Amino acid sequence: MRRARRRRVFDAVLLSVTVVALTFLLLPLVAIFLRVPLAELVSQLGSGVAVDALVVTLETNAIAQALILLVGTPAAYFIATRRFRGRAVAITLVELPLVLPPAVAGLALLAAFGRLGLLGGTFEALGVEVSFTKAAVVLAVAYVASPFYIRGAIASFESLDQPLLDASRTLGAGPARTFFRIALPLAAKGLGAAAALSFARGIGEFGATIMFAGSLQGVTQTLSLAIYAQFDLDPDVALSLGALLVVVCAAILFIVKLLPAWTRSTSTSIYPFAPSGSS
Amino acid sequence: MDALDLDLDLPLRSFRLELALALGRETFALVGPSGAGKTTVLRAVAGLATPERGHVRLGGDVLFDSARRINVPPEDRRVGFVFQDYALFPHMTVAQNVSYGARDRAPELLERFRIAHLADARPGQLSGGERQRVGLARALARKPGVLLLDEPLSALDPHTRAALRIELKELLDELDLPVLLVTHDFHDAAVLADRVAALVDGRIRQVGTPSQLIASPADAFVASFTGANVLAGIARRGADGLTEVALADGGVVFSVDEAVGNVEVAVYPWDVSISRELPRDSSLNHVHGPITSLVLIGNRARVQVRGLVGEVTAASAERLALRENDVVMASFKAAATRLVERAPLGR
Repeated sequence: MRRARRRRVFDAVLLSVTVVALTFLLLPLVAIFLRVPLAELVSQLGSGVAVDALVVTLETNAIAQALILLVGTPAAYFIATRRFRGRAVAITLVELPLVLPPAVAGLALLAAFGRLGLLGGTFEALGVEVSFTKAAVVLAVAYVASPFYIRGAIASFESLDQPLLDASRTLGAGPARTFFRIALPLAAKGLGAAAALSFARGIGEFGATIMFAGSLQGVTQTLSLAIYAQFDLDPDVALSLGALLVVVCAAILFIVKLLPAWTRSTSTSIYPFAPSGSS
Repeated sequence: MDALDLDLDLPLRSFRLELALALGRETFALVGPSGAGKTTVLRAVAGLATPERGHVRLGGDVLFDSARRINVPPEDRRVGFVFQDYALFPHMTVAQNVSYGARDRAPELLERFRIAHLADARPGQLSGGERQRVGLARALARKPGVLLLDEPLSALDPHTRAALRIELKELLDELDLPVLLVTHDFHDAAVLADRVAALVDGRIRQVGTPSQLIASPADAFVASFTGANVLAGIARRGADGLTEVALADGGVVFSVDEAVGNVEVAVYPWDVSISRELPRDSSLNHVHGPITSLVLIGNRARVQVRGLVGEVTAASAERLALRENDVVMASFKAAATRLVERAPLGR
């Protein structure tokens, strides 16, 4: 009797704590939509600042994500499938920008690519100006978002069934054909999920961008930066932009969750977030 | 000239794999416990594992030679590999799997392996037997010079396994290729292979035909692996030219084999007869005790008496009305009693 009661009490405690946690996480998001009426929200999004910010955000993120996929995929495959000295160090280095405060990332980018930075002279000689341009936004986004993709990609390449890759080789396919015909299609789900997370991180990028690229409307001012800039001028615009970002990010999250269900299930299971232990 | 000539030396986790093998156009089985290095031998032939020292030659081609610094990559070796659990590409259809290695031969192979009707199916939808056929068809598509089979029957349930064992035997006879087969099941090896090598801890303990291994196992490991009862004892010369062995757990048995000192006694279950009373045949060896386990397998019954397993027909088990805990006599002839070396320590 007493044990049954204790169990019920424990369940009730768990339940109420969970409710508190969920409320805490969701209430601010709901509040954004409650503060501004829906009609107002839509009309504010037609303003010049909002449109400019949306265009800059999409443009820079599209370029940054394309670069991340193009460079990150082969790099992740190399790290996942080869055993070499310093492999653990390489994985840690990939993870470093994840834990780095974004403002520090922005400073570091300035120190490397800024006019007075490490490679600034080289860029100047080539006639390329990086800092406070769209290129700077792309670099900032790529810098903070790529670890999300590369980490997920390493995990999904590592969870591939090694005999499948071996079988491909014994059937006459070289390493490159094995990568394109076997590894890439089988890891696709995990790569898609990792790319979506990286995209979400990139869309929300703030700290590194404002340090390295500034906040020039129509040039480097992304949605997050526009929210900050508009907050003092016109809180309603800021709230509308905020609502837009909530919707975009929620959509990305749902895509990540639904992705595995979309692709036809196969007998080989691929976990997008498999622990990246070596096999 | 031998079709496949191997000399391998490479370190594994807790021992070195060191072996030399020469195969003609025959089916050769490597048997042994898991972790003995069997699969590594196949991987070294396919180029998926690189020995520290040695060579791999297939027909006239040198695939690997440490002294000459030759190491042909897997994709350029004419080797057909059927992986354990078959490793079929899950995102491709059966037809795409079979044509992955060689496009033009797929229709013919699908026909030959009776999987043409499954051409558009995915591996996930196939039964174990169908997967095996797809795996074989895919491995043979590039007309390999050697076929490697890694535990080809272990992924199957017992019923399918028996049928596929026969099917595989017929295929291997037809192929006229050197086939190197890995299994932990001596019965599979005995049915499929012309010759068998027992591999333990990276070294070959014995090579011979399956019946040679059964008739004269080199040591206690090979004896127990081929299915024999193995009992420890101390041998000394007895009367009538027989060897008398005092068993470690009591009792005395006689053998026609000559040995002195620590030995293991190997007796196959089919040489052990079970009776209620002392049999009137020429059996010299008797173990008296209660039946500790009685298992019916099809038309046979496996009867265990004090650590000794005997096999009798289900009919005679019924005639004797055998039940567990019944006290019976397990008898076997001195001529059917092999004396072998103690297995090395650690096994």
